[in-house]
Amino acid sequence: MGSFAGGELPSDDVIVPALRAGDEAMFAALLDTWSRGMLRVARSYVPTDHAAEEVVQDTWLAVIGGIDDFEGRSSVKTWIFRILVNTAKKRGVRERRTLPWSAVKDDGGTIAGQSLDLVPPGGWRDPPAAWPTPEKEVLASEVRGLIGDVLARLPPRQRTVITLRDVEGCTSDEVCEIMKISAANQRVLLHRARVAVRGWLADYFEFARQPD
Amino acid sequence: MKRFIQQTRAVNVVKRFTCGELVGLLTAYLDDALDPPEREGVHAHLTGCEGCGRYLEQFRATIVALGDPPPEKLSADVRDRLMSAFRERRRP
Repeated sequence: MGSFAGGELPSDDVIVPALRAGDEAMFAALLDTWSRGMLRVARSYVPTDHAAEEVVQDTWLAVIGGIDDFEGRSSVKTWIFRILVNTAKKRGVRERRTLPWSAVKDDGGTIAGQSLDLVPPGGWRDPPAAWPTPEKEVLASEVRGLIGDVLARLPPRQRTVITLRDVEGCTSDEVCEIMKISAANQRVLLHRARVAVRGWLADYFEFARQPD
Repeated sequence: MKRFIQQTRAVNVVKRFTCGELVGLLTAYLDDALDPPEREGVHAHLTGCEGCGRYLEQFRATIVALGDPPPEKLSADVRDRLMSAFRERRRP
């Protein structure tokens, strides 16, 4: 699972006092555990890896400056990702004024290659073709390389939700809190994103990976 | 036993879905967010429909693939900068 699992991190009532007391090892542990996921989530708002890294950096600076005021109304993780999303949103708006940005419609419905009326009313005309399953290892690493490209094609909010849920392993409650959206909205965005990603993987298996 | 009939009935109701509707419910199904008649309806449909069964299988495989991304990390200089920002924060 993603870096979000945090199995090795202690609970918030250990983390917060440690950070306040200036425990460097604790800060380093959070930095190393959560930054990867934060980079991916930030990348769903801003157009370059470099901008995403700056967003993550600014988020950690805000965490350093704000830890004394953290009230514990949410978990530390949710608090930090909430700061991240707000920082990334502001940054994303600014960047879009200056950089070319793929003009995808956000969430409104279909985008290229993302058919929501997948199955015709009468049922499957062409049932999904089987995916190759031989050397599972090879397949896994091949698909892994595709995922980044595939995520980049999603509308921004779908990309954020699927990154938080399926890449980082957040619960739906966490995603709702981080993004301030309803459970129903979260599910719709996640579902559309998954349908699109599955569809692109299916295309890949069908066309790009034909045996000679 | 009569007083249980109402409840039993509710549980036994199985919704019928078309393939299109079924595909639209899979995220809710995997999140266990369907009510019992809907969940039963999904099970019943999947038992008899190869296309949807395969779709669900691929949907799951997609989620597994998403959960295994290539590693990504902060560059060393950003990490160093943040560590020293943390170190400095208590200094007047």
